[in-house]
Formats: sequence, structure tokens, C-alpha cells
Amino acid sequence: MNAAPSSQQHKPRPAPLDFEAELVKLEDRITDMRKWADEYSKTGQDPAIAQEIARLEARANEMRATIYRNLTHWQRVQVARHRDRPYTLDYINLLMEDFSELHGDRHFADDAAMVCGIARFRGRSVALVGQQKGRTVEERIKRNWGMAGPEGYRKALRIMKLAEKFHLPVISLVDTPGAAPGVGAEERGQAEAIAKNLFEMSRLQTPILVAIIGEGASGGALGIGVGDRVLMMENCWYSVISPEGCAQILWRTADAKEQAAAAMKISAQDLHALGLIDEVVPEPVGGAHRAPEEAARILGDRLEENLNLLAAIPPTELLERRRNRLYAYGQWEEREVASR
Amino acid sequence: MGWLDAWKAGFARNAKKAIPDGVWVKCEGKGADAQLGCGKTLYRRDLEENLWVCPSCGFHMRIGAHAYLDLLLDEGTAEPLFETVMSADPLRFKAEKRYGDQILEDFRRTGRGSAFMAVSGAICGRPFAVGAMDFSFRGGSLGSAEGEKINRLIGFAQERGVPLVIVSQSGGARMQEAALSLMQMAKTSARLAEFAETSLPFISILTSPTTGGVTASFAMLGDVILAEPGALIGFAGARVRETIKEDLPPGFQRAEFLLEHGFVDRVVDRRNLKEEVARLTNVLAPV
Ligand SMILES: [Zn+2]
Repeated sequence: MNAAPSSQQHKPRPAPLDFEAELVKLEDRITDMRKWADEYSKTGQDPAIAQEIARLEARANEMRATIYRNLTHWQRVQVARHRDRPYTLDYINLLMEDFSELHGDRHFADDAAMVCGIARFRGRSVALVGQQKGRTVEERIKRNWGMAGPEGYRKALRIMKLAEKFHLPVISLVDTPGAAPGVGAEERGQAEAIAKNLFEMSRLQTPILVAIIGEGASGGALGIGVGDRVLMMENCWYSVISPEGCAQILWRTADAKEQAAAAMKISAQDLHALGLIDEVVPEPVGGAHRAPEEAARILGDRLEENLNLLAAIPPTELLERRRNRLYAYGQWEEREVASR
Repeated sequence: MGWLDAWKAGFARNAKKAIPDGVWVKCEGKGADAQLGCGKTLYRRDLEENLWVCPSCGFHMRIGAHAYLDLLLDEGTAEPLFETVMSADPLRFKAEKRYGDQILEDFRRTGRGSAFMAVSGAICGRPFAVGAMDFSFRGGSLGSAEGEKINRLIGFAQERGVPLVIVSQSGGARMQEAALSLMQMAKTSARLAEFAETSLPFISILTSPTTGGVTASFAMLGDVILAEPGALIGFAGARVRETIKEDLPPGFQRAEFLLEHGFVDRVVDRRNLKEEVARLTNVLAPV
């Protein structure tokens, strides 16, 4: 990725989201003008055109920055679900060396919705677990839309135990619309698999660094989401149910998804304010899907710094801190009441 | 916080019972259990004596947290714990209804500040820490107050060196507390991992329904997991179940189905629960 800096217009533009309509219009205008300028430049240069392009580009950048600074909760959900958003394997490819995927839960199957393995990352060995979505129809089916079954959670736990044995830190990349529902998932104990992971991750004797990189839906996300530090990228959502699911139940129509997204306070900024995550990882302006390499670089820097931080904590203290942080989760009232 | 004042005003004393009134009761299930029951009309006093198990078909009618504590614990030994911990509305959540109002409503109806009751007491003469979830408060859902009470109960069992029993009955996580609710799964599971260092037994009892975030955390982490006959137990709740585009096998997500697939240790008739808990505990950890 060290080639000459490629400007946006040479790459296919990511599919625009509905709230980017104005921006798209402006970008189209710039593209047209550039084409025209290229034609024109064969016969001679016109500095006025170059100036106009630069002016429009500056306006587009400003517009993009304004839009992305003011995203609503629901718009962030849309960004988190963007098809071109980097997925677990994209980050692995962009950040890790000597990655070996390790397959199978040793009980039943290999779950392609959960990717696990070991790699080198900036001078240290690490273990990786993370949900994986697909982009094409075939890939989506193979990856089950990033919804792991019990096999996925058990595979992840197996790799975390491997990490414990070899004293490797675990990096967990969370990106799922939920754990797989279905007859097979129930028959093979989806609930038990997730519960077991929560139990074991709370006492795993090696650092666990979690990053929410896309969607963080419910127990399916938490099933690999218990750790010493939890990072969340700027345009992600993390909650107990999807906005649509919540809307369907509490508003009795999925159309209320925007209200539900806001009411549940599902953004990285909200969760940081609630003390449920440690860090909001900034994304390139326009979202991680617009500049995957830059997004990976920023995430990589945060992962590295947090791994350094965790490596400095003695193991017994690490576990005690992890537990205490989990025990502190929640907000309730504490009041004396009249006895019954 | 109007509902807190309501606590103080002593609404608790006027709390209504979750069980239907009247002399006659029809044997039929509600909600997830709607297909169950033989439909016979039964004499209320007989049912009460039978712990709300139909003498005709064996259907286990839904009973509340209080009823489970009554049937498990030796008479007069139960001491409530952590009653000061009550549900709040940290996100100021409002959908069609305000969550704060819903808490108040449930409080007025049930006399409880959360969907979890924790007690210290004795089972067949042996001291225990016992907790029960109650479907009548916000569908028995797991919110911050419930998670905190569960954590304190586990801590209490550990401190006193007594075995732990938790009766689950829950629709899952509490949406109105969103991510805060989700984290209760991690919190309670982590607390159980610490408790597991003690060699004190944790018996998890699953009753109908136990689904979602409760199943996917403490309920599935018992040293021994017991389930009532016919109880609906699963990861996917009713709404998700509707979206499953597969034919559901007979008995799907019922206690016997979980037994067959290896996810509960024993299916136990409610009338034998107390004896069962005492026996298991005394064999695992003799006094
Ligand atoms: Zn009956």
C-alpha cells in the first residue's frame, strides 16, 4: 500500500448512503469537470479549471466532514453496515504478518462466520478472533452474514485457551448482527456456548483486547467481547438488540428504528460516556469504508498502544482489574425502603 | 423519581398476587406456554397444595419468585437480601411508554423494585443463598438492578461459604437499559467464575420461560442445571423464533429437548425440587 497516493476518483466510489445525496451530486460534478479538464489538457492548460476543481473539492471535503461530524444514531448504524466497510479479515490483511487461520471447534464443525488464528503484529505474537461478514452473495451465505453459531464461539474459546497457554495476548474484533438463531444453533447449545465464553474470558490468564469494528449486536457480540480494554470505532453500534428489533418490540413497527437507535444510546460516544467502553477509535472522514488503509492504520496504532499498556500489568492484577471492571457495570437505584 | 416515593408510601403492602384469583382455575399456559395444559377446570385449593402442577396432566403452571422461594426454603428461614437495590432508568428511555413509568407500574403491581429476589435461608436445615427471577416484573428481564442483586447474592454465598441456587424465569435482557443490560451477562458470568474457585455448588433451576441473555449467561453456568418439565428454554426468544424459516422439531426449546441434546442435567418435577436440591448439594459438598 505504499504506491503513489491515489486520489478518491481513481477508485470506485463506495455505494453512497441516503444522507450523502448532496455530497454525491457535488462529487459527480467534480468527476465530470476532471474528465473535461483531462480532455482539454491535450490541447493546452487552463489554470482556471484546476482552480475550480480545487475549490469544489474543498467544498466536498467540508461537506463530508460536516455530515460525518453530525451523524445521527441511525446513520451511524448505516455506516457500520456499509458493504465496503473493512471486515475482520481486511484488518488482519492490512495489519498482521504471518497470519495463520486456525479452523474448527474440535467438537462439531468449522464456523466460517468466526475467523480465528495467530499472527505477528508489530513485533509481537498475537491470537485473533473475530466475526467475519461477506460482500458477495456466496460469501455472505458462507459467512452466514457474520452470525456465528455455537461452533464459532467454541472455536474462539479454543483459540483463546491456546493464547493463554502460549502467553499471547488476544485481539478480538467484533462485527456481528447477532449470534445465529435457528434450530441447529439451539440444538447445539448457542446459549451455553456464549455463557461459557463470558465465564472463561473473565478469567483467561492473558490480556484480552476487544475492538468493536462494525456491528456489536447483543450476546453474539459480547460472546467474544469480554476483555481488559474495549475499543470501539467511531461509526459502530453496540447494544442488546438491533434498532429494528427494539423498534419492532417497543414501538410495534420496525419503522421506528431511528428512534430506537437513539433511545438505546448505541453509539461509541454514548457507550464511552456510560463507561462501558474505554476508547473511541476515530475513523477517516467519511467512514472506514472510504479509506480502509487509513482506518486500519489508526486502529492498528490504538491496538498496539493498548497491548503495550496491558503487557505492563502483572497477570494477577490484570485479572483482578478485569473482574472489578465487569462487576461495576450497571446503573441502579440504591434506596432504603419501608419494610414489608 | 415518583416510583421511589411510591416505595416509601408502602405500596408493597398492597401488592397483588401474580396468580389468578377465584375458586376455579383452568389448566392452561400463557404466552410461550399457550399450547400447553389440558384445559380442565381445577379447584384452586387443590392446585395450591400441588404447587400449581396440574394433578390431571402434570402441566407446570407459571408461579412467581415468591412461590419458588416458599417451596424451596424451610418455613420461616428466608431473610430478604439487597432489597435496597432497585431498577432505575439510566438512559431515560422512552418508546411508546416511558421506562420510568413502567418500572413504577410494575412496582405498584408486584411490590418489588426489581425482577430478582435474593434471600438467605435454609433448605432441609442447611444454609443456602437463594435467588429467583420473577416474570411479573418487566417479564423477568435482566437489567442493572437484577445483575447487581445476582452479583451480591453470589458474593454473599462465597463469603458465608454456603451453596447457591438461582431460579431463572426471564424473557432475556432488558431492552430499555440497552448496553447496560447486555453487560449484566458478562458481570454475572464473571462473578460465577470467581465463585467457581470455592468448590461451593451452584444449582441453576430453569423454569418457563428462560430465554435470551439469561440463558446465555448465569442460567447455563450451573454446576448442576435442573429444568422443570415442559419449560421453554432457549437462546432465541419468541420474536426471533418467529423469524426462523425452518420447521421446528417437536418439543423445540422445551426442557426435555435440552435434556436430549445435553444441555440440562435433569428434568425435575416442581414438587421434588427442594428434595432434589438438598440431595445434590449434600452429595457434592457434604456438610
Ligand atoms: Zn392439566
